[in-house]
Amino acid sequence: MDTYSILRQIADSWVLLMMFGFFLGCILWAFRPGSRPLHDDAARLIFSPEPEQPLQRGAKREAGQ
Amino acid sequence: MDYMKIPLLGLVTLLAAIAADWGRDPAYSLHAAMVMLIAGGLLLRELRRTGSPRPAPDLSGYMDGPVRAGVIATAFWGVMGFLVGVFIALQLAFPTLNFDWSEGLANFGRLRPLHTSAVIFAFGGNALIATSFYVVQRTSAARLWGGNTAWFVFWGYQLFIVFAATGYLLGSTQSKEYAEPEWYVDIWLTVVWLAYLAVYLGTILKRRERHIYVANWFFLAFIVTVAMLHVVNNLSIPVSIWGSKSVQLFAGVQDAMTQWWYGHNAVGFFLTAGFLGMMYYFVPKQAGRPVYSYKLSIIHFWALIFLYIWAGPHHLHYTALPDWASTLGMVFSVILWMPSWGGMINGLMTLEGAWDKIRTDPIIRMFVASLAFYGMSTFEGPVMSIRAVNSLSHYTDWTIGHVHSGALGWNGLITFGCLYFLTPKLWGRERMYSSAAINWHFWLATIGIVLYAAAMWVTGIMEGLMWREVDDQGFLVNSFADTVAAKFPMYVIRALGGGLYLAGALIMVWNMWMTVRRAPARSIAPTDTIAAE
Repeated sequence: MDTYSILRQIADSWVLLMMFGFFLGCILWAFRPGSRPLHDDAARLIFSPEPEQPLQRGAKREAGQ
Repeated sequence: MDYMKIPLLGLVTLLAAIAADWGRDPAYSLHAAMVMLIAGGLLLRELRRTGSPRPAPDLSGYMDGPVRAGVIATAFWGVMGFLVGVFIALQLAFPTLNFDWSEGLANFGRLRPLHTSAVIFAFGGNALIATSFYVVQRTSAARLWGGNTAWFVFWGYQLFIVFAATGYLLGSTQSKEYAEPEWYVDIWLTVVWLAYLAVYLGTILKRRERHIYVANWFFLAFIVTVAMLHVVNNLSIPVSIWGSKSVQLFAGVQDAMTQWWYGHNAVGFFLTAGFLGMMYYFVPKQAGRPVYSYKLSIIHFWALIFLYIWAGPHHLHYTALPDWASTLGMVFSVILWMPSWGGMINGLMTLEGAWDKIRTDPIIRMFVASLAFYGMSTFEGPVMSIRAVNSLSHYTDWTIGHVHSGALGWNGLITFGCLYFLTPKLWGRERMYSSAAINWHFWLATIGIVLYAAAMWVTGIMEGLMWREVDDQGFLVNSFADTVAAKFPMYVIRALGGGLYLAGALIMVWNMWMTVRRAPARSIAPTDTIAAE
């Protein structure tokens, strides 16, 4: 088979399945149990008291703090 | 390290001087001369500074210098791009504006791509670079990675814009929509873009925040995808290294498909994903409320990434492209409607419980109108991608109207909103100088877009119908010139709409100037950190 047909066959079967699976996985992962508080924290991240300066090395700001 | 710069800059200056002399076309020689002057100027500066001690740079704060410069550049290129847009709209209505003396330099054919690239890459691109640098630092609580690389990104990008613009005027183009610049400009942009990616990714990697906020996902997708699209679509071999002309690697329908794979994803990732990054930070921030649904933002992100990349073939209906490919493009375009509206709803519903802000806060009003235009143009787009509709709309001004409701409405208004948000913050002011001026800007821009889009719908559908009208003998009823004559009033209205939009932008520039010069300074205690609860 020529290169085009081989690539086309792989794309039409396994690659399609993998990409669709990955996509569904991402969506399902967003809905996993226990994700809500994490997402709420992440959404509030931009309102955490804005340091006028970047945090120093070693200091971690927890999300939603 | 600093001593390496001197011979290096000297070498670049020398090579550029040789290239300027040996250049085979005016655009190439001009660009080489520009490189020679810039490298020579940097060389002189470096020489004058040798030996003198340099103050250690202050690395404690956020790096807002490039962001400030980007805000100024966005406003400047915006006004330039809109001005050229109004002028070419008038050229279409009144062809005498294609002056004899400017033929082959500033006629419609030369200025049209200049306008397109100026508004997309110069106005939009600078807005994206500035806002992404602002957002990634705040959401990562980290200073930009890479020291002065951010400045290289800013100035390198401006040089790319100037290369592209002057090249178009002098006829240096590879005739690919949104990708006209020739090979050496493409290589330069690739270098600048990889530096941009390095700065952005480096900042995310050294973040002091556990989570990577969703706006950064969109910005990162925009940077990575544009790098990939740009490189693949610009694969070409220069005819000579001393000239600007190059030959594309792909040919025929493969070249057309690569071009519109690039072209539609320039819309999808430059004008959509990147600007959604702005939306997910600045709309919640201005509204003082967290985004409506963070889950939806994640689904929005992955759906947009997975679907957009396939929609390109809808630009090539009824061409040599195989039917299966154009059907694929059409189907994915229609499915794209869902994530687009998911994103719009997510942005609009962020205002839930704060709807009164639309009345009281002109910046929020700008954001809301921009999301409304996003919703309208992402509804219109899938409809136009359907083959039957496309047979009427393609090659007509309906397409131009669609593009402008998206670009002026969605990209333009959200950028203006961000500029109004950023200007007081970056220059340490309490607020914008004049709220009334923002209001004026909003209404001028909105009325301008409505006039523009409505005129283009009418004239586009009219010319589409006129082109396909046949008499009972099966002969075409109208000649092309008949449609041109019939379109005249709509062209005048379009130019008027564009003029209103430009007037709004000029008011914004005045307002930004007065804010930096006159507005009261911000008090020391930060007042903008109202908790979300």
